Amino acid sequence: MTEKITDETMDYVSILAKLSLSEEEREEAKKDMEKMLNYIDVLQELDTEGIEPSAHVFPIYNVMREDESFEKDTSELLKNAPKEKDGCIVVPKTIGTEA
Amino acid sequence: MRDQFETVIGLEVHVELATSSKIFCSCSTKFGQKVNTQVCPVCMGMPGALPVLNKKVVDYAMAIGLATNCEITKNSRFDRKNYFYPDNPQNYQISQLYFPIARNGYIEIELEDQKKRIGIHEMHMEEDAGKLIHDEWEDASLVDYNRSGVPLVEIVSEPDLSSPEEVVAYLETLRRTIQYLGASDCKLQEGSMRVDVNLSVKKLGSKELGTRTEMKNLNSFKAIKRAIIEERNRQIEVLEDGKQVVQETRRWDDNKETSYAMRSKEEAQDYRYFPDPDLVPLLISDEWIDQIQKSQPELRGDKKKRYIEEYKLPEYDADILTQSKKMADIFEETLQWCRQPKKVSNWLMVETFRLLKENNMEPEDIRFSPENLGKLINLTLDGGINNTVAKEVFEEVFYKNIDPEAYVQENGLKAIDDTEALKEVIQKILQDNPKSVEDFKGGKEKAFGFLVGQTMKVMKGKANPTLVNQILREIL
Repeated sequence: MTEKITDETMDYVSILAKLSLSEEEREEAKKDMEKMLNYIDVLQELDTEGIEPSAHVFPIYNVMREDESFEKDTSELLKNAPKEKDGCIVVPKTIGTEA
Repeated sequence: MRDQFETVIGLEVHVELATSSKIFCSCSTKFGQKVNTQVCPVCMGMPGALPVLNKKVVDYAMAIGLATNCEITKNSRFDRKNYFYPDNPQNYQISQLYFPIARNGYIEIELEDQKKRIGIHEMHMEEDAGKLIHDEWEDASLVDYNRSGVPLVEIVSEPDLSSPEEVVAYLETLRRTIQYLGASDCKLQEGSMRVDVNLSVKKLGSKELGTRTEMKNLNSFKAIKRAIIEERNRQIEVLEDGKQVVQETRRWDDNKETSYAMRSKEEAQDYRYFPDPDLVPLLISDEWIDQIQKSQPELRGDKKKRYIEEYKLPEYDADILTQSKKMADIFEETLQWCRQPKKVSNWLMVETFRLLKENNMEPEDIRFSPENLGKLINLTLDGGINNTVAKEVFEEVFYKNIDPEAYVQENGLKAIDDTEALKEVIQKILQDNPKSVEDFKGGKEKAFGFLVGQTMKVMKGKANPTLVNQILREIL
């Protein structure tokens, strides 16, 4: 079937997903990802000749709203943050590594 | 050695659109509000929150696209650009990679004696990120999501630019066009216009492009010019040392007038773009494009022509007044109060520009009302005040937006046209300055100027100078 996912690929994907996996978790994830790729192989057997590529399954376009702004109750929103200070969400220091 | 290289520059310009709500939610975009008060589950990236596109963003993007001679993409779509950073709460930015709203345009820039066409590769719509604030006390950063989800367009030029002068001309033209459209105020200092410079150097005449760097954190035209010169020199030095230019993003430090690498290509992100499943595609009809085209406001070229034809202004005046939309607006509004176009133009071109320059301000920073300028000009026209006084009053209008009529009244600044009263004063001055009178009669014109000056001094500048001249000549 599909090419086996290499350890290098696993390392790369872990970096992109910002995950540090234990050896066991890594093997599990590798198996899951291989299953997914195998499923995609099945999909690729379909004959899509003459079919327009689409980003969506439904033929719906132009879902838009008018440019109106509303005042919102924001009091609850920060409660989801692990740490809050002066109305801001506290995150690890980012200076110097700016994107 | 330096002359053997040519510089190749392409620009990425981000512009914040002047909508009242964000691109995918109805939070306000108002600037300078209290932290995290203009947020909701959508722009804070809460699980399950769904974005809905703001139609005005598409309207503005199309208006900019059409004004920059782009083709509008009829099947446009949003994609997710994936990366982790605390200013991006969803861990992806909604942007456009595969089907940007507009492509293949150009802007014509005017250089000293020639015109040059600068290509626009594409323009896409996307959302802005939040703001990170460094916490002085703790080893941490604070995030404010008020800017998260503010609509942006990114305009990517072709690498058609080759000097700092061309870059500034391109940016000024682009900014003016967008300001005329009312799509953004385009303020570099406040970040509503942000410019990243992609630059590489290559041997003169060579077909092969060199490795480019991307320069960020450029907050003024001055910084942009300086950064281009420095980066060009840096790359040439690297090459002349026999080394390779590294493809990287650099950050400009305007105080030190130098740049440093922000991150190298090795750790560069793999953005894994894919179509955003939360947003359905856009299908842009000819009718929609037509409607935007028809509602485009008068752009600079047409306005300039109209000023010359309708208001009989010299081309020079029309050129300067239309350089910024704000100045053109003030000119036209002042005409509602004072129907003398050339006089209004003079006050804007001389006194207004003088004070703007002295205060390091842009026309956009003007706070006085056209009504007060119009009233002031009228006061000078009906002889109510003379020019010296008018200039003083104008400073009050410029800085404090005072009502010139009331101000002149309160401070007793009306010009004195009373011939008899003036005659008396002048007689006294002639008696007190017999030497000057003698000098003048002996043919020294300078002495006449001195006597006029003395009279104006006694009258505290309120006398009508023409009248003073006339009376003096009569008596002498």
